[in-house]
Amino acid sequence: MAKTVNIWIDDKHLEVPDTMTIIEAADKHGIYIPRLCYHPDLPPTANCGVCVVELSSAPVPKRACCTPVAEGMKVVTNSKKLRAYRKTLVEMILSNHDVVCPTCAANNKCELQSLANNLGVEPDNLPSILHKEAVDDSSLSIIRDVNKCIACGRCVTVCNEVQTVYALTFADRGIDSHVDTAFSLGMANSPCVNCGQCTVYCPTGALRERSEIDAVWEAILDPEKHVIVQEAPSIRVSLGEEFGMPFGSVTPNKMYAALRKIGFDSVMDTNFTADLTIMEEGTECVAKLKAGEKRPLITSCSPGWIKFMETYYPDLADCVSTAKSPMSMFGTLSKTYYAQENNIDPAKIVSVAVMPCTAKKFEARRPEMRDSGFQDTDYVLTTRELIRMIKEAGIDFANIPDEEPDKGMSFYTGAGTIFGATGGVMEAAIRSAYFLVTETDLEDVEILAVRGLEGVKEATVNVPGFGDLRVAVAHGLSNARKVMDRVREGLATKGESPWHFIEIMACPGGCVGGGGQPYGNDIASRARRGQALYAEDRSLPVRLSHHNPEVKKVYERFLGEPNSKLALKLLHTHYFKRSVSTGQVTGEATHKH
Amino acid sequence: MKFFRSHVLVGINETSIMAGVQDFIKALRLELAKHNLQEEINILETGPLGFFGRGICLSVYPENVNYQDVKLEDVTELVSEHFLKGRPLKRLMLDDGGKFSPKLNYSDRIVLRNSGIIDPENIDEYIGAGGYEAWEKALTQMQPADILAEVKISGLRGRGGAGFPAGVKWGFTAPIDAPQKYVVVNADEGEPGTFKDRLIMEGDPHQLLEGTMICARAVGATKAWIYIRGEYKLCIDRLQKAIDQCREYGILGKNIFGSGFDLDIFIKIGAGAYVCGEETALIESLEGNRGNPRWKPPFPGVEGLWQCPTVVNNVETLANVPFIIQKGAEEFMKHGTPECTGTKVYTILGDVAYPGLCEVDMGTTLRTIINDYAGGMKKGFRFKAALVGGAAGVILPDKLLDVKMDFSSLNQYAAVLGSGAILVMNEHQSIVDILWSILRFFRHESCGKCAPCRNGTQQLYRLISKIKKGKGTMEDVDLMLTIAETMQQTSFCALGQSPIMGVRSAIENFKDEFIAITKK
Repeated sequence: MAKTVNIWIDDKHLEVPDTMTIIEAADKHGIYIPRLCYHPDLPPTANCGVCVVELSSAPVPKRACCTPVAEGMKVVTNSKKLRAYRKTLVEMILSNHDVVCPTCAANNKCELQSLANNLGVEPDNLPSILHKEAVDDSSLSIIRDVNKCIACGRCVTVCNEVQTVYALTFADRGIDSHVDTAFSLGMANSPCVNCGQCTVYCPTGALRERSEIDAVWEAILDPEKHVIVQEAPSIRVSLGEEFGMPFGSVTPNKMYAALRKIGFDSVMDTNFTADLTIMEEGTECVAKLKAGEKRPLITSCSPGWIKFMETYYPDLADCVSTAKSPMSMFGTLSKTYYAQENNIDPAKIVSVAVMPCTAKKFEARRPEMRDSGFQDTDYVLTTRELIRMIKEAGIDFANIPDEEPDKGMSFYTGAGTIFGATGGVMEAAIRSAYFLVTETDLEDVEILAVRGLEGVKEATVNVPGFGDLRVAVAHGLSNARKVMDRVREGLATKGESPWHFIEIMACPGGCVGGGGQPYGNDIASRARRGQALYAEDRSLPVRLSHHNPEVKKVYERFLGEPNSKLALKLLHTHYFKRSVSTGQVTGEATHKH
Repeated sequence: MKFFRSHVLVGINETSIMAGVQDFIKALRLELAKHNLQEEINILETGPLGFFGRGICLSVYPENVNYQDVKLEDVTELVSEHFLKGRPLKRLMLDDGGKFSPKLNYSDRIVLRNSGIIDPENIDEYIGAGGYEAWEKALTQMQPADILAEVKISGLRGRGGAGFPAGVKWGFTAPIDAPQKYVVVNADEGEPGTFKDRLIMEGDPHQLLEGTMICARAVGATKAWIYIRGEYKLCIDRLQKAIDQCREYGILGKNIFGSGFDLDIFIKIGAGAYVCGEETALIESLEGNRGNPRWKPPFPGVEGLWQCPTVVNNVETLANVPFIIQKGAEEFMKHGTPECTGTKVYTILGDVAYPGLCEVDMGTTLRTIINDYAGGMKKGFRFKAALVGGAAGVILPDKLLDVKMDFSSLNQYAAVLGSGAILVMNEHQSIVDILWSILRFFRHESCGKCAPCRNGTQQLYRLISKIKKGKGTMEDVDLMLTIAETMQQTSFCALGQSPIMGVRSAIENFKDEFIAITKK
């Protein structure tokens, strides 16, 4: 039980639980202590030393991030000495940092930059001690520039403790110590699942996505190419915050307008294929339920989760839905159905996806994602990259007049849009699975038990004609591990999974918290973006995927019915086994339909 | 019992092994046998002899003659001159022809009381010298609280450098009710110029084990780990042998001496990082992780090895414990000063006549240690400064030669006793060079975890290198002080907090040298 203790921060009396650290107590009461490596979402690494405060009980200053409060503690956060130490400290950190702010992807978002600026640091006080090393650009998703790394350790913490992927670690010591992959083989040859949470938490520009902006501009400016674009659900609730709008602003129509202004030939929407995914995955789920299958069905939309599963749980690969992600379904359809409907040579189509995700860049380039006869999705832009393109094009996003998307693959329901939040796929699937079993619609379509930011959520839904449907939702891969370990254990001991249907998203918060989302992507902002998606769901006329008219049309005119032979060929995939040390494929885990 | 006319103590340590001591002993036995002296002269293989000569060293009793750098080819002459004719061989004597004899104060020793006298590889010799009496007493006649009280009264302070009272430290762990507690012996001696722990372990491994056992009993730990520097091959071998002997004798194991108390001791070999001498980094390393320090609180006494309450003590600290329990705190307190009781083991090296090892009472002055135990300065040299406490220590000028060597007295001069290394420099040595050497060491040994230490050690090394080349300015000297002070105030662990000691003492005490070498 936490006790309440009395502490004084800069003479302000506070009553706080004794489980808090000084910085947590200060943050809670609006007292700002300068910091660099500390992030409220993550356990402290205590590496930078910037948050030192004076305590009457200690001979030298202590770090506020890792020092617990104690009864009677008197804390000084700002003194002549502390100011001098912090300044010298940041000068030391800058002396070992590749200071190229104007061209850095993190410019204006960089926490080191703003700290140095706030503290009035003199850049030339200390000579540079930077020893330039090669940039790790082996990965299809993430670029790692050690020259900008300040060894704060956030990426290592998020990779190992939040995501339990174990791709990043510290190597060497002293001035040579640096973040690295095992045996320095590079990100591409590590168990990295490309989730990009390291890029989100990196305080500098040391970790960023592999940019495809130039290639996309190239395609747009090529008159021979027909460039079609799709946007994931979470993009429409994340763009606004970068252009002075409140967090959680819902801006699909400004998004379409901006994309059209940038020059995309056809502006569609990933939410359409989210609804389509529900039809494919829901049908698969209902078939399994009706067959009395003991093994669960697990969602397959999150490419970080898929690579994680292939690496750490290949024995359960057959439990994962074979349905492709909404992005890849869209990619395939853009070069088959769309090309056919619009009479365009698929060879000339360039399919671009805007995703909140760095792992989608990897997914798009998987060798099996070529069912259209071409690479299904040509380019993947992260939210951050789209923001740069909007800024490069000089678009006043906040004031651009609303526009509608092009027709054919853009209509979406409330079920499709909540895909972007943790629990959303589950909720959308339950809405349609209920219909597929009972042939009636749910009266109350909102399933609140699977919403929210709790790490593992469980719910039981009564489906007439089937009985109790037990479901679980996990977001963040350490939570995925918990669920998967229980599935593995249940199958081994009882021959049965504890749940029928499981949703797993690699990133904490789901796609709204994706690795490609704007910097400053903390848990609090993920919650606001998630709320925005649920608000949009409520505002939409159609809230059930099976009532999406464009989805119905694609089945009527092209695919036949869900899980038809053609649907299985184009919209479904299979999985591999991967090495836990290098992430490389070691064999097939499941086979193509 | 056999009666021998003379005992020849042969120091077996890393140095003498490299000098071929094994072959030497064989030859010596053969030569003695040739003269039919094998029943008169006893050869004892032992640990460090308490003085530090070059190569193979011998002590002959009861004559109290010390030889150094004895070679295989000297055997014939040595036997015929000393053991046959009774004329000690002057040219090999340590005392340089009798002009100086280092004080070998066996009677005043605590930690080294057996060192150089008994065979460290033979448990019977240790028991014969009163060994494991304290352990037996602690198990059968004392309650854990009594042991704790006795250690508290004795005023024993940690000998690893910081001087924290051992009894207080044990007192954090003892009352905690936990399914598992540990004692960890910090034998990762890494301070440059320090090798006292090595010699304590080589000379008398059983005494360290006994101290560890008593500590375990006092705090209720049933497992102990000795985290030892990998280079200390001989120590590792001897400790392992000693542990095996204890297990065989029932001194370690289940239900020891019928007391119901179980204890076992294990050895973990370190991989050579200086930072692993820091107790929390040591624990991380012991757990198999990268040797980075942890933050405190929670202190290891509450949450240490594998999250269990853990007492981490230095080798020398624990080696004092059997004496305290066996003879009582009163007897222990007869040594040293009221604030710093007991003795301290020093390693003296540099430009003194007889570099080596000594154990003296706390509070002995630096001058006495250098003159009485190291034979003063090397012939023809004047004292300039002494680096006391290794790289994390301070550079003391001659005006502080009469400072008492104990935790409290040194504190007044912003100095530390540290590890007990004393590096003596003559008037020709450059303080800038020694500081460069210290800062290069820190740059190499910083673990890299925290920004002030990682970047600061590199900045300091760059600056001192520039100054050393004559390219620095007095602004650079001031910048070094600013950086070192920031490191002291903001570094995560003692490593980054330490360079200020050397930097400040060098610049303050020898400012002229910095003025002379920098550009105007």
